[in-house]
Amino acid sequence: MHKLLLSMVVLCLASLNVFADDSAYNALMNSMKAINGVGLDRIEQDEMQAACSNPQSMIADPEESERLRQSAMAAVKKPSDGVYLGDWKRGKEIAANGKGLQYSDDQNDPNGGNCYACHQLDPDEVAYGTLGPSLTNYGMRGQSQAVLDYTWSKLWNATAWVPCSHMPRFGHNGVLTEQQLKDIMALLLDPESPVNKH
Amino acid sequence: MKKLIATILVGSVLSVGVIADDWDDDNPAIFFSEDGADMWLEPQGPNEVSLEECDLGLGAGVVEGAYAQLPRYFEDTGKVMDLEARLVHCMVTLQGRDADEITAHPYSLSGETGTEIEALSTWIAEQSLDMPIQPPQDHDAEKAAYTLGEKLFYYRAGTHDFGCSTCHRQSNTRIRLQELANLTTADGAGAAYGSYPAYRVTQGVVRSMGWRMRDCARQQRLPEMQLGSEASVALQVYMAVNADGAPMTAPTMKR
Repeated sequence: MHKLLLSMVVLCLASLNVFADDSAYNALMNSMKAINGVGLDRIEQDEMQAACSNPQSMIADPEESERLRQSAMAAVKKPSDGVYLGDWKRGKEIAANGKGLQYSDDQNDPNGGNCYACHQLDPDEVAYGTLGPSLTNYGMRGQSQAVLDYTWSKLWNATAWVPCSHMPRFGHNGVLTEQQLKDIMALLLDPESPVNKH
Repeated sequence: MKKLIATILVGSVLSVGVIADDWDDDNPAIFFSEDGADMWLEPQGPNEVSLEECDLGLGAGVVEGAYAQLPRYFEDTGKVMDLEARLVHCMVTLQGRDADEITAHPYSLSGETGTEIEALSTWIAEQSLDMPIQPPQDHDAEKAAYTLGEKLFYYRAGTHDFGCSTCHRQSNTRIRLQELANLTTADGAGAAYGSYPAYRVTQGVVRSMGWRMRDCARQQRLPEMQLGSEASVALQVYMAVNADGAPMTAPTMKR
C-alpha cells in the first residue's frame, strides 16, 4: 500500500515536472535574435524562474519553496549607508517610467520601475493597473525599522516573501539602483508623498 | 478637393461591399486589406508569378476560411506553420524570392505605412471573418506545438521574470488602463486571437499576430522573436486551440 502511494506521489511530481524540461528554452533559443543590448542570455532561467514556470505559478515541493525563499531573503542587500528613504519626487518619476531593459529602449537611460503598470499609488494618477494591490496610503504603516526592512526587502526581491511573486526582483536583478530604490521607498513612506496625502 | 477625397473614400469603402456591414466603417484596416488583395494577385520575384497558387492549408489558392484553420502542419515542409511563415514559404517557392530579404523588415516601425506581410495578413484574415477559430490538432506535430506553446506561455525569464502568464492568466485585470485577456480561457483567447490583425490607432498601422508575439517578447525584456519561428508559432497554436471555435473578428481596430 505504501509502495502504491509512493508511486502515485512520484507520478504526480513527474506530471508537474513536465514543465521543467528544456523544450521551451530550446525553442526560444531557436526563435529569437539578440538585438540592441538584449542578448540570448536573457532566455536562461535562474532557479526561481525555472521552479515557477508552471500553470500553478507555485513551487510544488513546500521544502524547496521555503529553501528558495530563504535564499532570496539571505541575498537581500540593505542600503550601504543605512539610509532607507530618498526623495519621493524622484520616486514619483521612477514609478511612472515604464522604460528600461527592452531592446527598444536607449540602454544608456536609467531604468524605470513602472509601478503604475500594476499598482495604484498617487490617487490622482488614474491610469494604474490592477495586477498588484493598491499602495495608496501605504505610508500609514509608519517608518519603524520593521516597516523599512519589510518594504526594502519586498522591493529588492519580492520572492523573499512570496516565492513565484509576479513582481520583478528590482534590486536582486539590478533593474533599479540602490538610490532609485530609496526614492521609491520615500514615495511609499514619506508623509509628504502624494501616495499618502489623501 | 475635399469632396473628391470624400468620394474616393466612399468608393473604397463600398468596393469591399459585403464586409462593410461587419466592419466598423471607420476602420482604416480596410486600406491595408485592399493592398493585400492586390499583392496576392501581383506577379513578383524572379519567377514573375502571383501568390494565387499558394496553399494556405485548404488547397492551392484557397483563401476563404484558411486563416481560421492556422497554424497547421504542412506536409511539404514537415512543419507547423502560421500564416506569416506560410506566406514566406510561398514567396520563396513560387516566386523565387529570397527569404532573408522578405523577413528582414516584416513589421512596420512607428511612422511607417505598412509592409507586404501586414497587408497580405489583413486581407487573408478578413476572408475568415465570422468563421470559427479551429486550427487542426490531428497531426502529432500539431499536438506537440500546443504542448510547447503551453510551456512557453508559463516560461518565466529575463530581467523582470516575466512570462506570458504574468499578464494573461487572470481575468479582469489590467496594465495601466489596458485590459488584459485571460488567454487560458476560451473567451479570453478567442477574443484576443480572433481580433488580430488589428489596426492600431496609436501606431497608425495594422499589426499582425506575428507582430503581437514579437512585441510581447520585447515587453518581457526578451530578445527579438523571429517571424514564423518555432516559439512564435507554438504560442499562436496555444491561443488558437484555446479559442475553441470562437469567431474571427479581424481586422479590428484597437487603441
